[in-house]
Amino acid sequence: MDAGMSTPSYLKAQTRCPLQEHFLPRKSSKENLDRFIPNRSAMDFDYAHYALMEGRKGKDQSAAVSSPSKEAYRKQLAETMNLNHTRILAFRNKPQAPVDLLPTHHSASLHQQPKSVKPRRYIPQTSERTLDAPDIVDDFYLNLLDWGSANVLAIALDHTVYLWDASTGSTSELVTIDEEKGPVTSINWAPDGRHVAIGLNNSEVQLWDSASNRQLRTLNGCHQSRVGSLAWNNHILTTGGMDGQIVNNDVRIRSHIVETYRGHTQEVCGLKWSGSGQQLASGGNDNVVHIWDRSVASSNSTTQWLHRLEEHTSAVKALAWCPFQANLLATGGGGGDRTIKFWNSHTGACLNSVDTGSQVCSLLWSKNERELLSSHGFTQNQLTLWKYPSMVKMAELTGHTSRVLYMAQSPDGCTVASAAGDETLRFWNVFGVPETTKKAAPKTALEPFSHVNRIR
Amino acid sequence: MASKTAAAKDIITLHGSAAIVSEFFCYAANSILYNRAVYPEESFVKVKKYGLPMLLIEDESVKSFMSNLTSQISEWLEAGKLQRVVLVIMSKATGEVLERWNFRIETDTEVVDKGVPREKSDKEIMREIQAIMRQVASSVTYLPCLDETCVFDVLAYTDTDVAVPFTWVDSDPKLIANPQMVKLHGFDTKIHKVDTLVSYKNDEWDEEE
Repeated sequence: MDAGMSTPSYLKAQTRCPLQEHFLPRKSSKENLDRFIPNRSAMDFDYAHYALMEGRKGKDQSAAVSSPSKEAYRKQLAETMNLNHTRILAFRNKPQAPVDLLPTHHSASLHQQPKSVKPRRYIPQTSERTLDAPDIVDDFYLNLLDWGSANVLAIALDHTVYLWDASTGSTSELVTIDEEKGPVTSINWAPDGRHVAIGLNNSEVQLWDSASNRQLRTLNGCHQSRVGSLAWNNHILTTGGMDGQIVNNDVRIRSHIVETYRGHTQEVCGLKWSGSGQQLASGGNDNVVHIWDRSVASSNSTTQWLHRLEEHTSAVKALAWCPFQANLLATGGGGGDRTIKFWNSHTGACLNSVDTGSQVCSLLWSKNERELLSSHGFTQNQLTLWKYPSMVKMAELTGHTSRVLYMAQSPDGCTVASAAGDETLRFWNVFGVPETTKKAAPKTALEPFSHVNRIR
Repeated sequence: MASKTAAAKDIITLHGSAAIVSEFFCYAANSILYNRAVYPEESFVKVKKYGLPMLLIEDESVKSFMSNLTSQISEWLEAGKLQRVVLVIMSKATGEVLERWNFRIETDTEVVDKGVPREKSDKEIMREIQAIMRQVASSVTYLPCLDETCVFDVLAYTDTDVAVPFTWVDSDPKLIANPQMVKLHGFDTKIHKVDTLVSYKNDEWDEEE
């Protein structure tokens, strides 16, 4: 109802929706569709050619061959048109190509990249940078370090969370938790690189906006004891507690608990979602690794795990999904186990087990090469770089004087940050030097029909 | 192979049919590789199969590739999820697709759902496969020469709801632009019907302006 005052018309339009963006209404639905821009790589040239050339006989083939082949072609096209319920798959491990016995006269082969071993890159043996991390909690089961996609590192030192901007090198304090709630037991950046989840000793999880340094909400009631591990999957924040429970929280809605995974009998110290977001790996102090799959629907509130992997003989905190091979999970065991094991998360089979000689606190896969980095404790407190799948040691980086409990990888994939109970935070350019990882444009055009020189 | 289906009765089970088809594919692929000279002749060894001297490649990596392939194809066939298998021959230097051997598979879904066996004479299936193998061998007469070194790949067209093991990735269909196509004989086990088609790139001198 009008309050009696008649607002002038030019003000009415402004006060209608204060925070909305102004959308220009489309004049007609077809306004932007007057130009068809073909996407060459998505075109089925077979069908297009057939549609244009219908009725034209092939000059060079005998008539006996062309009619049955046309029939088959027509039938094949009808099938191809139903491609929306077909998947085309190729086997991953291609066989060895035949060796060139005769020298070829094709000049193209000279310009190809040689298949020989790439020259080994130099891996600096010392940390590129060392920062102080006073009061960092030396507890194996916590996850106090994470590097967000906005290139900001978050580290929890006792009750305080600090943010270190990697591009500028500046430090800022995000929050200091109250004495009775803390210390901070886990920290994890959301995929957007802006929001960060903080797990506390009193079982609370706080959600903070790092851009405005504001707390957005607190998730209560997921656990009865401290929240030692966190993992994000889009809008789902998965929390792992000392009570052995894993809870999926939808941070957008009020009653945030959407699912509970029960299976661990002791503290959940490792939690990682796969790259596809379809599977979750969890490692606990009960020496068990569980793989949970989102497609396993739960009729009641508890969901059954997809795989239960019991081969480790010590707590499993180190978990890492392989970025270049789907369904491959690497896990590392603690002090009594000291092995890195590789699993096919689809079948649950153990593919490989390597004894490292020292407790495995953390694992990271390289995004650029087929390599795996593991961080260890007694006696060397080193970071070991392994070549995958041969598991040959490529480098051992020492510098820490106490077990390297926490590791995080930069968003560009070159640098690894590691923190230990010796109260230092070290940076290693182990996966590559930042400038040179910018790949050159691919040498061959990737479009499948780029070699077609006729445009019809 | 007569061991899969009892020679006395001509009953064919889903499992047996899948085995026949995947085995056929393995031998057909080897035959294509030999006839199209993708791998040098010396790397093949002769075995007796389907009443014909068939050639199998000795190279370890290709052998393991084939065996992985056949076991996976067999699995998919038993589930009734496989639509076709395509063997693609590409130039090693440019990656251009030169030939495409298309094996289209039609599955009798009743057998997959209910598990009823079918009847067909083993000998007749053998005869049909023999005819295809002979045709593949004689295809050298009209297929264009592959002068350059080639590599091959195998694509599987499956239903979207199939369980894909981590060793298989999604791929593009690797079609040939303006292909010539030749339809070959097919065979039918009454559970799976396999059609064969080869499409190849036009020879240079055939092209119109």
